[in-house]
Amino acid sequence: MNTNINVPTMASLFSEGKQPEVLFWVGCAGSFDDRAKKITKAFVKILNKANVSFAVLGTEESCTGDPAKRSGNEFLFQMQAVTNIEVLNAYEVKKVVTACPHCFNTLKNEYPSLGGTYEVVHHTQFLKQLLEEGRITMEGGKFKGKRITFHDPCYLGRANDVYEAPRDLIRKLDAELVEMKSCKTRGLCCGAGGAQMFKEPEKGNKDINIERTEQALETKPDIIAAGCPFCNTMMTDGVKNKEKEASVAVMDIAELIASADDL
Amino acid sequence: MQYIPQIIFTLILIAGVGYFASNVKKLFRNIKLGKAIDVSDNKPQRWMNMAKIALGQTKMVVRPIAGFLHIIVYVGFIIINIEVLEIVIDGIFGTHRIGLSVLNESVYGFLIGSFEILAVLVLIAVFAFWIRRNIIKIKRFLSSEMTGWPKNDGNIILYFEVVLMCLFLFMNATDTSFQNLDSGNVVSQFIAPFFDGMSENSLHMMERTAWWLHIVGILVFLNYLYFSKHLHILLAFPNTYYGKLRPKGQFLNNEAVTKEVKLMMDPSADPFAAPAEDAPVPEKFGASDVTDLNWVQLLNAYTCTECGRCTSECPANLTGKKLSPRKIMMDTRDRLVEVGKNIDANKGTFVPDGKQLLGDYITNEELWACTSCNACVEACPVSIDPLSIIMDMRQYLVMEQSAAPSDLNNMMGNIENNGAPWPFNQQDRLNWANES
Repeated sequence: MNTNINVPTMASLFSEGKQPEVLFWVGCAGSFDDRAKKITKAFVKILNKANVSFAVLGTEESCTGDPAKRSGNEFLFQMQAVTNIEVLNAYEVKKVVTACPHCFNTLKNEYPSLGGTYEVVHHTQFLKQLLEEGRITMEGGKFKGKRITFHDPCYLGRANDVYEAPRDLIRKLDAELVEMKSCKTRGLCCGAGGAQMFKEPEKGNKDINIERTEQALETKPDIIAAGCPFCNTMMTDGVKNKEKEASVAVMDIAELIASADDL
Repeated sequence: MQYIPQIIFTLILIAGVGYFASNVKKLFRNIKLGKAIDVSDNKPQRWMNMAKIALGQTKMVVRPIAGFLHIIVYVGFIIINIEVLEIVIDGIFGTHRIGLSVLNESVYGFLIGSFEILAVLVLIAVFAFWIRRNIIKIKRFLSSEMTGWPKNDGNIILYFEVVLMCLFLFMNATDTSFQNLDSGNVVSQFIAPFFDGMSENSLHMMERTAWWLHIVGILVFLNYLYFSKHLHILLAFPNTYYGKLRPKGQFLNNEAVTKEVKLMMDPSADPFAAPAEDAPVPEKFGASDVTDLNWVQLLNAYTCTECGRCTSECPANLTGKKLSPRKIMMDTRDRLVEVGKNIDANKGTFVPDGKQLLGDYITNEELWACTSCNACVEACPVSIDPLSIIMDMRQYLVMEQSAAPSDLNNMMGNIENNGAPWPFNQQDRLNWANES
């Protein structure tokens, strides 16, 4: 496995007078969470292989403010937003790609009225575009015939009507895409959104991620595919709770593609 | 003497419509208690949404059984009301079946025949609805917020519709001149034989009674709307027009906060500036009562017909948490009605009653259970947005009361201090690139 990845920063490119094609917004989970870091690296490997000119903000990146806003702390959200916008605008960023639907939604929808307008795409949309432009090729061999179910992240699906890009990519892997009973517009949340990731759930009779994992397991999948680091955590925990981790993997779309290509 | 029925009819009509109009005025006043919000954008899209979602019922059929039954009642209701036009004209001018003197007999027969068939279909659909509400244990009709008045309200509406449809058919069946036409009596011809052998006079009396009860029933039903969840038959139209056009994930940025933040970031702002003496008291952040919400959110509350599709899709509710988006809407409406009554009782001004939406109706526990997943917004067949109310109330809890759960306070502290929801140093943000 190739472990060398090339991750240029905006600061280094800027000092060379270069402007990348796209800024990769890594996000807090992608930067710090051990599981999500693997997704980040898988995505970078694909970008490297496709020779995409990209850069990250690195230490200049900060939380978009999504969990603060959804918790009700509008002030903290807007402080985060305007500081990030100052950095993004200073680097004259035009296009942003991110593997986190929460960052995606906030950057795309909530930054413009605060002075930050960019073309923002989710990494599944970006990968699909690379594929259509022939910049990456996908070998399906490894996943041929495998049953893969896709869990729609709320902030990608319902929030922004992106349902097909991740599914198109799964189909390209020659995998058998199986849908859960609640999918697409009626997809059930993993339980992490609205800042729930960072707190204990209220009293109830079940955890939301268990409910969702049960729906996923009903499809008898080999792999539960996700497009969000938080969904990934919730579904992984759910699969562990059901003691299915030996037979069912939870993987991000970027990991599927990188692994199909032995990256 | 011969004008007496006409005079009585006109008076009843004026009273019925007049009382309804005065209540509609109150409804408008209550909705306008909400804050201003600019919804003047993108009119073509708004008309399109109204045509598709309210008129075209596109969201209803997502659930095919209830959707199909609803379309029958909805179409039946609208079309049969054409008949009311004839009744009103007949009532005011003392004519009988004015339609016959305006329209060709076969056209008239076709119209009334269609109404009769629809009336039967409505009866069947209403029966199915009643079974769904009272016999089959459909979970969304059994939630804790659906006991008492909301449950009775749902049934009363169904009984109203049964009575009105039966009166319409009965009225046609006992109308000998109409039966003799033998055109349009598709259904009533099978009811008419039950009255064979009755004198012309008693048949006429029965026909008149049914006719009067029918129109009075319609006026009573019209006035019942204001006190009922059934207002959706009118408000679904403006509500879908004013519904959210932005991507569902886009929450509005609070402009008052933007001003504060801009001021903080402005190096030329005077850090010691004191507000002018006559400066208004700053508005509170977020919402603790209905008057802190915007008027579209209040319109949402009046439009809700308590179908519970939102609640049945809510991940928090599905897993046994207290949150129910339907209850959020019902609470908002009930509190708004209470505020409205307070204003009525106090000559047009609201006298503080020591109550508010937060705490007295909606608890913190409900608000903190939301995952902001938009399932409720997606599920609503009339474009109601319960999520926006939850978010506004969370904003009040955090920004005015610092009442966030402690875990969330830690998370926010981390963002403030090190730019991530976890306690990691911002300088370590790129470490992943060098880890194997």
